[in-house]
Amino acid sequence: MDTHSALYEQGRKRLEELRQLPPRQDKSLQERMLEHGVTRRDFMKWSASVTALLALPLPFSNLVAEAAELADRVPLIWLHLAECTGCSESLVRADTPNLDSLIFDHISLEYHETLMAAAGWQAEENLEHALKTYKGNYLLAVEGAVPTANNGAFLTVGCKGHTGLEIIKEAAEGAAAIISVGTCASFGGVQAAAPNPTGAKGVYEVVDKAVVNLGGCPPSEKNIVGTLMYFIMFGRLPALDMYNRPKWAYGARVHDNCERRGRFDSGEFVEQFGDEGAKQGYCLYKVGCKGPYTYNNCPTERFNHHVSWPVLAGHGCMGCSEPNFWDDMADFEKPLGRQLLHGLDATADTIGAVILGATVVGIGAHAVASLFVGSSKED
Amino acid sequence: MNQRVVIDPITRIEGHLRIEVEVDENNVVKKAWSASTLWRGIEVILKGRTPMDVGLLVQRICGVCTYSHYRCGTEAVEDALGIKIPLNARYLRSLMHTSLFMHDHVVHFYHLHGLDWVDVVSALSADPAKAAQVALKYSDKPIAAGEGELRAVQERVKGFVETGKLGPFANAYWGNGTYKFTPEQNLIALSHYLKALEVQRVAAEMLAIFGGKQPHPQSLVVGGVTSVRDMLSPARLQEWKQKHDIVADFIERGYKADVIMAAEAFGGEASVLGGVNVHNFMATNDFVTADGEYIFQEGVIMNGDLKNVTDINPDLIAEDVTHAWYKADKPQHPYDGTTIPDYTGLVERDTVYGKLPTLDGDNKYSWVKSPRYNGEPVEVGPLSCLLVNYAKGNKVVVDAVNGLLQRTGLPIEALFTTLGRTAARMLQTSIVAQESIKTFNALLTNMLSDEATYVKPVIDPNKEYVGHGMIEAPRGMLSHWIRIKGGLVENYQAVVPTTWNAGPVDANGKVGPYEAALVGLKLEDPAKPLEVIRIIHSFDPCMACAVHVMDYKGQSLGEFRVDAKSL
Repeated sequence: MDTHSALYEQGRKRLEELRQLPPRQDKSLQERMLEHGVTRRDFMKWSASVTALLALPLPFSNLVAEAAELADRVPLIWLHLAECTGCSESLVRADTPNLDSLIFDHISLEYHETLMAAAGWQAEENLEHALKTYKGNYLLAVEGAVPTANNGAFLTVGCKGHTGLEIIKEAAEGAAAIISVGTCASFGGVQAAAPNPTGAKGVYEVVDKAVVNLGGCPPSEKNIVGTLMYFIMFGRLPALDMYNRPKWAYGARVHDNCERRGRFDSGEFVEQFGDEGAKQGYCLYKVGCKGPYTYNNCPTERFNHHVSWPVLAGHGCMGCSEPNFWDDMADFEKPLGRQLLHGLDATADTIGAVILGATVVGIGAHAVASLFVGSSKED
Repeated sequence: MNQRVVIDPITRIEGHLRIEVEVDENNVVKKAWSASTLWRGIEVILKGRTPMDVGLLVQRICGVCTYSHYRCGTEAVEDALGIKIPLNARYLRSLMHTSLFMHDHVVHFYHLHGLDWVDVVSALSADPAKAAQVALKYSDKPIAAGEGELRAVQERVKGFVETGKLGPFANAYWGNGTYKFTPEQNLIALSHYLKALEVQRVAAEMLAIFGGKQPHPQSLVVGGVTSVRDMLSPARLQEWKQKHDIVADFIERGYKADVIMAAEAFGGEASVLGGVNVHNFMATNDFVTADGEYIFQEGVIMNGDLKNVTDINPDLIAEDVTHAWYKADKPQHPYDGTTIPDYTGLVERDTVYGKLPTLDGDNKYSWVKSPRYNGEPVEVGPLSCLLVNYAKGNKVVVDAVNGLLQRTGLPIEALFTTLGRTAARMLQTSIVAQESIKTFNALLTNMLSDEATYVKPVIDPNKEYVGHGMIEAPRGMLSHWIRIKGGLVENYQAVVPTTWNAGPVDANGKVGPYEAALVGLKLEDPAKPLEVIRIIHSFDPCMACAVHVMDYKGQSLGEFRVDAKSL
């Protein structure tokens, strides 16, 4: 609880600082919400759910509520590098808060190529203006990897033809915090898979600042918005794991909270897609699930307003929030155990007869995973 | 004295696109160049991987038409291996495809293309009461367009604008003379812009029901689909149907009404009445409604001749790289290409914004290749799909097109325009939304006697396999081509819609649809080229899709790193 009180104090201090800044809007958020039919009660409910999402004790929901009211003073610059726009698409799906209230009420979106009205020369002016005006104060979100081969020339953006490498270095310079949204910005992603023809790297590898990595291809909308809210509330980065992922979202393995975990423990496995086990919702480990090796909150938060997640749809987790997963966890329909846990698959195959075999697989998987946990660092 | 206009980044699209045009003293576009400025090398990365992982990996070509590549890549492998997937799997894939179209086209029209037609600043001076009356002209049951709703939207945006910080609306081309909506019409569209943000979330949820998540769903495998439990759950099926109805309702009362409103307001605007200057169109069979039946049928139209629609001959497809940043001495069929990146950089010259690095149009200038059909450039996309099906007499399409022409009073020629391209996308969405209920019902019927969703693929490592997948993605005809050897991917290529449309000029001087579309366009102010952006957006660019490499057969992978020149 000591840690929590310290954190609470820090949050309070941060909000005081924010309060000193000039307001961006005449009316308070409360007034604006009332105009839109959102009651104080609804708002407090929302704050409590964000608090729970961030794995903080309930008293923090006051801070969340206050932060939301002050949040529109934090400028956000969102850059696209070597990417597929999947992370922006994920952001567009956000529902707590949803995108329009995020933009109108919570942040000041200064630059975002998929959403902004300006184009070309005028868009580049917006970026230059924001980098200068808000130097030292803006949040920088990055989507996509940084191509570094060929002096970065595999990506240029803007009328002036600057490379992605130049742009990210300049933008990182004045950022109050940097958030790598998705596995590409975090760890290089798909273009960094072997043989990595463009020398694609994660943002943290090319800038000299701390970077929060939101692994996931794409990360869920909850993990993106939750991380933004954390920064706004506390003016600092959340506690991170060894890969600089926020612990509140990436603190547990997919396997730990999986809805099929009971099937795993009972030794009930899908042997082939579409079989009786698949119809019954058995464990997907033997058809390639990487849940035991992957840190993310997919089983608890799911995707798209809690509608589903890959394991519910009958497909094993592919490990998309882990570094190098395209190489380390392929091929995706085979258990990783065939590489790392020699002999254990044979055990798994016999567990129909010897139920405890499942535990052996479990112990093996957990042993590997605990290597990661053991070396993870506190923020 | 001609002037060069540089537009980079083209915003509100997927990916990195640069357009340059040259205008004469009357501000009329004489020449245009289209370039992608990012290369990622996905197909190189596919080399030596198991064909079972292809779908998951090629899906990462794009996070917007995310499901299209997933499905097309998976079906290319199935074609190569000669696998016929169970009927239920075909229906489920079709329903997921429906969900993608209903999502993607709505987001494109409102959030990407919309601000080219809608002047947000003008909406702030509208009279909400009057606007509510205006909305009744375009739909007898308008959505999110009652007086109270419009007033709330207006006040919300007004409050936002009055702070002096426009956020995502800052520094756009507001006030440009080619914006044609009245303040009231702008306000209606602005309200729908916000409503569509809500509706697109529901559309994404539709796909997530059978797909696990959206973007980047995860329920297709070579041999079928994995979401058998969702299929067998009546609750899940109804969840899809319920969300489908919400989105379909918005498409009819919002999207369709807004396109009719735009057709009326922009029907006399010169800058949107051109823009279809390549008169070759192509589309493929897609959207299974029953075993062997499709909503849309395949065909090729050359030289605008709607009377002669031929079937697609896959052998006639080849890609030219004369003006793309790759080395190759002749056009190559997707099965037999080579790839060597050859980046030659930009050239400094005077532009309307002063001295800037610009595209070297005489030489190489884009990461997009130039696909050709029998040596000719071809436009693909919703307009092509509707034209092919209209020409073939596909009743659903003929009725939809004629209905819209009748409702707007526009002649059939109006289809061959930027406005027509945007209207065609709406009609395609509406048709997909309505007709897909047949697929849904076919699934329900089939499930009563058949629960199969998967057949296990078999690969013989001693055999060599070749195959391709061909589907209609939201941006047009998409094809993936694969060669399998030793049980692994030996060769892979995607020929995607945006490559067909956005490719640079070829060896014979033939220009692609983007570049052709811009020639002859008159700009109000070359320093604020709204008209160019509107035409380019009407194609719905998707650059990450468009940029990829041809095969790497016989080459050392090291070449990809060292061969390009620096800036």
